[in-house]
Amino acid sequence: MLLKVENLRSFFFLDEGILRAVDDISFHVNEEETVALVGESGCGKTIAALSIINLIPSPGRVVKGKVYFNGQDLLKMSPEKIRKTRGKEIGFVFQEPSMALNPVFTVGDQIAEVLRLHMGMGVKEAERETIRLLGETGIPEPEKRFKAYPFELSGGMQQRALIALAVSCHPRLLIADEPTTALDVTVQIGIIDLLRHLQKLYDMAILLITHDLGVVAEMADRIMVMYTGKIVENAPAVDIFEEPKHPYTKGLLGSIPKLGKGSKNPLGGIPGAVPDFLDLPPGCTFHPRCELGDRDCRKKFPKLFAVDYVRQSACYKYYKM
Amino acid sequence: MSHWIQEYRMKRKNRFKKLILFGAFVLPGSGHLLFKKNVKLGIHLMTGTAALILLVIFRWYRIIGTFESKAFDHWLAVLFIILSWSAMVFISVKHTYELLIDKIKKPRIKTPLVLASRRFRENKLAVISLYVICFFYLIAVLAPFLATHDPSAIDNVLETRYQSPSWEHPFGTDEYGRDLYSRALYGARVSLSVGFMAVVIAITIGTFYGSIAGYFGGFIDNIMMRFVDVFIAFPTFFLLLMLVGVFEASIVAMILILGLTSWPGTARFIRGEVLSLKEKQFTEAARAIGLPHRTIIFRHLIPNGISPVLVSAAMMVSSMIYYEAGLSFLGIGIRPPTPTWGNMMSAGRDALLVAWWVALFPGGILAATMLSFNLLADGLRDAFDPKVLMRRFL
Amino acid sequence: MADVLLSVRGLKTYFPFGSRWFGTRGVVKAVDDVEFEIKRGQVLGLVGESGSGKTTLGRSILRLIEPSAGEVYFEGQDILRLAPRDFRMIRRRMQIVFQDPYATLNPRMQIKQIIAEPLHFHKMVSPNKVTSRVIELLAQVGMEAYFMYRYPHEFSGGQRQRIAIARALSMEPDFIVADEPVSALDVSVQAQIINILLRLQKKMKLTILFISHDLAVVESIADRIAVMHEGKIVEEAGTDYLIRYPHHPYTKSLLRSVLDVDPTTRRPVKRRISAPDTPTVK
Repeated sequence: MLLKVENLRSFFFLDEGILRAVDDISFHVNEEETVALVGESGCGKTIAALSIINLIPSPGRVVKGKVYFNGQDLLKMSPEKIRKTRGKEIGFVFQEPSMALNPVFTVGDQIAEVLRLHMGMGVKEAERETIRLLGETGIPEPEKRFKAYPFELSGGMQQRALIALAVSCHPRLLIADEPTTALDVTVQIGIIDLLRHLQKLYDMAILLITHDLGVVAEMADRIMVMYTGKIVENAPAVDIFEEPKHPYTKGLLGSIPKLGKGSKNPLGGIPGAVPDFLDLPPGCTFHPRCELGDRDCRKKFPKLFAVDYVRQSACYKYYKM
Repeated sequence: MSHWIQEYRMKRKNRFKKLILFGAFVLPGSGHLLFKKNVKLGIHLMTGTAALILLVIFRWYRIIGTFESKAFDHWLAVLFIILSWSAMVFISVKHTYELLIDKIKKPRIKTPLVLASRRFRENKLAVISLYVICFFYLIAVLAPFLATHDPSAIDNVLETRYQSPSWEHPFGTDEYGRDLYSRALYGARVSLSVGFMAVVIAITIGTFYGSIAGYFGGFIDNIMMRFVDVFIAFPTFFLLLMLVGVFEASIVAMILILGLTSWPGTARFIRGEVLSLKEKQFTEAARAIGLPHRTIIFRHLIPNGISPVLVSAAMMVSSMIYYEAGLSFLGIGIRPPTPTWGNMMSAGRDALLVAWWVALFPGGILAATMLSFNLLADGLRDAFDPKVLMRRFL
Repeated sequence: MADVLLSVRGLKTYFPFGSRWFGTRGVVKAVDDVEFEIKRGQVLGLVGESGSGKTTLGRSILRLIEPSAGEVYFEGQDILRLAPRDFRMIRRRMQIVFQDPYATLNPRMQIKQIIAEPLHFHKMVSPNKVTSRVIELLAQVGMEAYFMYRYPHEFSGGQRQRIAIARALSMEPDFIVADEPVSALDVSVQAQIINILLRLQKKMKLTILFISHDLAVVESIADRIAVMHEGKIVEEAGTDYLIRYPHHPYTKSLLRSVLDVDPTTRRPVKRRISAPDTPTVK
């Protein structure tokens, strides 16, 4: 077990109230495994990822929980130790490459800096390794791109550079937050291929955060579905797509327009809308929108029940599915 | 039997309610104290009433004297007293009545303005500065009644000049023996009215000009903005000096000069806002509907771009007051005997070591006023544009 | 046989760049000689990636961006030749639904005002019937009547998009350009909005130009699909036909890029990575 998250809670302390962005989630990621954290916008998945490396912006804070990486609790580490871990042991790919790359430094400088810092390389050596990395991620003419500024690169190339930055120190775990969302479809494919190639090359585990179930189907071994800050289903990818055991997962899968279904056919969809974090329904937060919901669901949020020895579902009625 | 008891209880309740209503009429705000939610408003009303009553009691003869002297500003002050008293009574009785009959209030419609005012009210510093400003404006309006002496009265100069602050002259007297406290009060009227009116003029013209330039863009924008650039290129103070030298410095002239020299800044500002709002999709939607230009500008663009303008307006009042004081200090602005804080400070400059109070009090009040407006501007900016976490990126 | 409602011929929208003082350095050919037609009651899907010009095309047809050349025939009349004032009255019949639900509504206007504004301006109903008409329109998109007293910031993305649709429909247009109306929405909400559009289109026989980068979404709503790439339409065919028998290589690559939601069929792990990036227009 490379990463083990236990009862993680991250709240935002706003004037209007306490926003429970991540409300008691637990999961683990094994070595060389690809685990996907899936959910729609606002479910808390990005904050969960940031909580793991303890980078939540204020007024948010990790309130409780443990994050074990290689046996050590990341949340209890001293600032210098965690800085050494971030970047070297855990790589992070952010959502918007144009926002994550510093616009006033060249791409090459940013990657080389990391190499010098974490791997102790000299200037020349870092430069060579950077160029190699840029080529490895599929950027053409890497020597030229070394001297390029982020805005000179297209979206896809920026993302590749960002990935190069994240894997530069051969981390054991790569956390990728919506790596393909800001990109075009044809470019998306390249990024997915790249991530899987790098994973095989460096024996990395990947924690993939996304709302795109297509990407998840291509990459994930195991999937965790999040809704309003909680994990509602946790199962191997094949099982989830074939036979979801939570009404929300089922609704999500039904909403995806699938190519080849023919023209003018209505899609699924989930009635209602995602509730406001400051005004969550009592008990199971999904029950107002759920076809199986009834009075029992209103009392307390269901804990993750074991559907079988590899699957969990946070639904009182999972056996009905 | 129980029927009679119920009726009796109802009657007692009704009488009790009527008593409270009567109290709300006589002493505005008292009714509110009974209901936890509105205690704040009740305290405000009661303080206001108390202040009014005190004023009327202590200055009774002067208020009566208004009918004889028929001075315009006296009338204004009387009118203000009557209006504010009626408003307070009205609010008090209306609210108390509604609270007593448990009227179900419609939930307040959450306009963006309501949200902003709520944020504003949570900012203690901003609220305090707003109170201070309102306080200053209040005493400026009521100056005829609050002043203890005639600000221009010169009487037995040799005895009364340069008296240090005392009970009779809270701010002391100046070189002519005039009471500085009363002069400061009347000076407030000049500074505050000049500040406010000049900003109103600047904002109105600037908003029109800037939004038209920003909306139409291209050639029109170019020409309009070049004119503005030329204007801004002039160092403000020298421009003011020139204009004041040419026209005689009366209050009205001051207002016009200050207002007409500041509108280009606002224009440029609003133009920037309009330029960015123009690209937003609700503007495109308005164009797609086919709405005429003037509707788009006045209904869609200006209301959305107005918030930063209001913030800069608050800061501009502060600068207007400053410029007016500065010009009067140099002797070029409004001249004595009309008191303004600027020329009072100028007069006190020579006697600074001997009679420090002559310059200090006007200076202090000036600084306090400017500071309040600046803090108000800060508070407005925070209220209109809070650093709200973008929940979408969770 | 339905008649042709919209016909576009030789449409070009070029944007010059480079400062005027030094002469224009060149043009960006956002829409480069585009030609198609849409029959009344049909839905034409326009698919392309970012930079393909599809957004510009949608706006050029409605003259929200003035095209550089070409003709746009709406009911046989070339609307590009009309004077702005005359065109303004035709605008009522050609409406648009935008992409970003958070920017498409004026934050300072009540929902009621937002929907009533076009009703008033085009005198769609008599003034005393405006409120009931607003309620009707809201009901059509599945929203309660009391929502009309609220402000946009109180609504979610999907709800705002419904309001935008209601606003567009208030003018009873014949033609609607739907510019990526669901791209900014979550998947479950996307499905809701698409279903609303499908239902309304069928009921009111609307003619729609549905622009999107997502082929699967377009397939669910369009009768015909046009594929756009770098300012030109490279292929156009009936929906089912195009998806099953694509001709143009770009169409084929687009179809290949659509990820199927099936974990059992996956792309093989590549041994070496090459860079297949399409260059953006810079």
